[in-house]
Amino acid sequence: MVAPAKSPYRVVGTRPVRPDGTDKVTGRANYGSDIRLPGMLFGRVLRSPHAHARILRIDPSKALALPGVKAVITHTDFPAAEDAVADLGETSSNLKWLVDNVLASDRALYHGHAVAAVAATDPHVAEDALALIEVEYEPLPPVLSVHEAMNEAAPRIHPNMHTVEMMARFTPGPRSEHDIPNVASHLRMEIGDLDAGFADAEVVIEREYETGTSHQGYIEPHNGTALWNEHGELTVWLSTQGPFAMRDSLARVLKLPVSKIRVVPMEIGGGFGGKISAYMEPMAAVLSKKTGRPVKMIMQRDEVLFGTGPTSATYVRVKVGAKRDGTLTAAEAYLAYESGAYPGSPVGAGGMCMFAPYRVPNQRADCYDVIVNKPKVSAYRAPGAPAAAFAMESTLDELAEQLDIDPLEMRVRNAAVDGTRRIDGVAFESIGNEAVMTAAKESPHWNSELQGENRGRGIAMGFWTNGGQESSAYATVNSDGTVNLVIGSVDIGGQRAALAMQLAETLGIDYEQVKPLVVDTDSIGYTFITGGSRTTFATGWAVHEAGLEIQRLLEDRAALIWEADRELVHYDDDGVIRGPDERSLSFTEIAKQLHRTGGTVQGKADVTPEGVGPTFACHIVDVEVDPETAKVQVLRYTAIQDVGTAVHPAYVEGQIQGGAVQGVGMALSEEYVYDSEGRMRNASLLDYRMPTTLDVPAIETILVEEPNPGHPYGVRGVGEVPIVPPLGAIASAIYQATGVRPRTLPASPRVLLEELLPDDEG
Amino acid sequence: MSSRIIVTAEINGEPTEFLADERDSLLDALRERLGLMGSKEGCNNGNCGACAVLLDGRLVNSCLVMAAETEGARVTSVEGLAQQDRLLPVQEAFLDHAALQCGICTPGFLVATQALLAENPDPTEEQVRYWLAGNLCRCTGYDKIIAAVLDAAGRAATPAG
Repeated sequence: MVAPAKSPYRVVGTRPVRPDGTDKVTGRANYGSDIRLPGMLFGRVLRSPHAHARILRIDPSKALALPGVKAVITHTDFPAAEDAVADLGETSSNLKWLVDNVLASDRALYHGHAVAAVAATDPHVAEDALALIEVEYEPLPPVLSVHEAMNEAAPRIHPNMHTVEMMARFTPGPRSEHDIPNVASHLRMEIGDLDAGFADAEVVIEREYETGTSHQGYIEPHNGTALWNEHGELTVWLSTQGPFAMRDSLARVLKLPVSKIRVVPMEIGGGFGGKISAYMEPMAAVLSKKTGRPVKMIMQRDEVLFGTGPTSATYVRVKVGAKRDGTLTAAEAYLAYESGAYPGSPVGAGGMCMFAPYRVPNQRADCYDVIVNKPKVSAYRAPGAPAAAFAMESTLDELAEQLDIDPLEMRVRNAAVDGTRRIDGVAFESIGNEAVMTAAKESPHWNSELQGENRGRGIAMGFWTNGGQESSAYATVNSDGTVNLVIGSVDIGGQRAALAMQLAETLGIDYEQVKPLVVDTDSIGYTFITGGSRTTFATGWAVHEAGLEIQRLLEDRAALIWEADRELVHYDDDGVIRGPDERSLSFTEIAKQLHRTGGTVQGKADVTPEGVGPTFACHIVDVEVDPETAKVQVLRYTAIQDVGTAVHPAYVEGQIQGGAVQGVGMALSEEYVYDSEGRMRNASLLDYRMPTTLDVPAIETILVEEPNPGHPYGVRGVGEVPIVPPLGAIASAIYQATGVRPRTLPASPRVLLEELLPDDEG
Repeated sequence: MSSRIIVTAEINGEPTEFLADERDSLLDALRERLGLMGSKEGCNNGNCGACAVLLDGRLVNSCLVMAAETEGARVTSVEGLAQQDRLLPVQEAFLDHAALQCGICTPGFLVATQALLAENPDPTEEQVRYWLAGNLCRCTGYDKIIAAVLDAAGRAATPAG
């Protein structure tokens, strides 16, 4: 076990109750779908039953004749969109594609693609109206996998689209010399000399892997309520990870200046990357404009599954070379990720992350972003990394076995350390990779005996870069010695607590003295999404700087009160201001005197911090595979992770546990099932099978705290990396249990049984 | 147009009369007709448990009960758990264990846990996992929820001093 060093902090590292906790255990917290406005209408969306079809005619007249129906909209109700690349949240997208994804124009490009929307006085009437909107389709052949899509014979889903050569992950370059069918972009990343690396190898293996489409699976469906008033001002209340990203999307789709739009983030019921993009919000806005009334829209669960952005189904081929002693000499990957109906899969992140835990001098990754007739993918927790890590970790496991080296030892021997360059050229600084591997080696789980038939143990690593970006915060000192902390970062899982704790630490006051408040886009500076494992890091930095400004202003005040030399007044870590002649004022004491000494004291900060600390994780899992049904039961699970400084360790553990279990779902049970026409056949939470309490054991966590020198409190993002290792770890455990190595995930009984059954029975 | 029905029921201890659409589920009625927004809609077909309530003491998904069926019934939603400004042990335990992240599934888990503890005040971990298998949580991986429920059972058994 890693012995916890004595914490240098008073508040950071403790486990207080979250400020919004009472509201959330009493049912009082207001989520997006809980808003009710006078005169409110209810909107619903009509969606394409075809995966690919020309839309010939839409006739809303019968729906409009239904009593209670106030408006029906189609794509012609949006301003015409020009082709332009717009930066929105974590992905970039052509504006025309963005608008067409919200509401289809000439063609429906996936089953569930929105075609029209209706607003009515009652939700039941809105539902009835959908059946009365007549749409005439001409079905077209759907393209349903990367293999089909990249074939020369495939229909071109976007006939005018050309393959773009990416210069870097988010930097498009010139048109490719050779268009590849339905490939929006190709990115090659490379370091060293690949050929020399493979020539140097004594063992080389090459393997292929596939993963299915999985969804973020947040329990709260998308929702949005819009009011477009008579002055042309639009207000939208909703559950979103990015109020400002949503404001930008609405501005672009509706061609409004951002100043005309106010986005009010309500409490959010999960996101995991899936609540950044615009879906119904622009429709609700236009329906409100048409009717002059507020319009509330809530997705049904099937709409969430087939009408929003899941993650990519993937194909990855990996080739790895090593010396007999296990030293890796070369690694090469070919990655083709489904982006859905419009470009923008996270394939580049997959290529960038998969080799990162290892010191491999010669690497290359070719990443292809592939259009298919499925929903446009969205970000999902460490987007792109889990599938790629599954491929690399499985291959490494196999290589270790061939070389008769323990799988963890194989990783330790090749561990990336400070100074190791990863495939995009960046050299690591102050990483906890080796410390994580060491903690895994010393963990009770790794040192325990696994007994019993049909059981196996697997281990895998994962890497994620984490994010920085813009955050804004301000804090006002109240006369009773408390502080109101105002932030633009939505609280999706304890951020209010983690941010209030950092301000309390900076000011040397108690956590309970800080009252955090999440506000709308009119009330705070631009703040990037709650996502990318960035909030506790970047907004935490803003909060810290706002605290430092309060310190300086209170020093000014104390100097004034004491008529002392400003230079001799100092705000100490314990929240006491000390000056000459042993004078001192506590935070609470000086707070009482602010009104008499010049008024309110407020600290503010707008930051775009550098110094993002990447992070590594190692997961160990024991499974048992039923030899007759091929059902895989997870028996024991341990997640070891470099978390930087754990600001609120309980919520850090929670991120790790939740991410690990989502990874278990990806590995074993979650996938979109499509028929040959491209219709999703399992769009419910019974048939899209997320883990329940019975599917997972307790998730043991080991926090390795390798402070990030790039942050005042050593914070690293923690939320995303835990979803990266589970796929590889579980696949290896299944191999240990059965002798069959899953190359396709999820390893559902359907897939696994084919492998397990003797040929004559298969 | 569908017709409206007058329903009389006891909602969280209050005798209540409300007008429901004949197609309203109990969840619709609680939220849209009575303004009780604590019960959450995650799936609207009984798969997620976010709308769980007690109907005459029995644990049900309110999206699978018609509002009209609740005539004369006692309904307890998450809003009816805390008594006289005091949280229940299970509510306290969820806060202390950080057993919620986004909180959307929490009302359903709390109601389901109350039903469990009423039937079995001292459950094993396995019994807790079996009982709560109808409630989906996507944030926590369930670990801290299970810990909170087991702790709540212990707290309920030991009256506060």
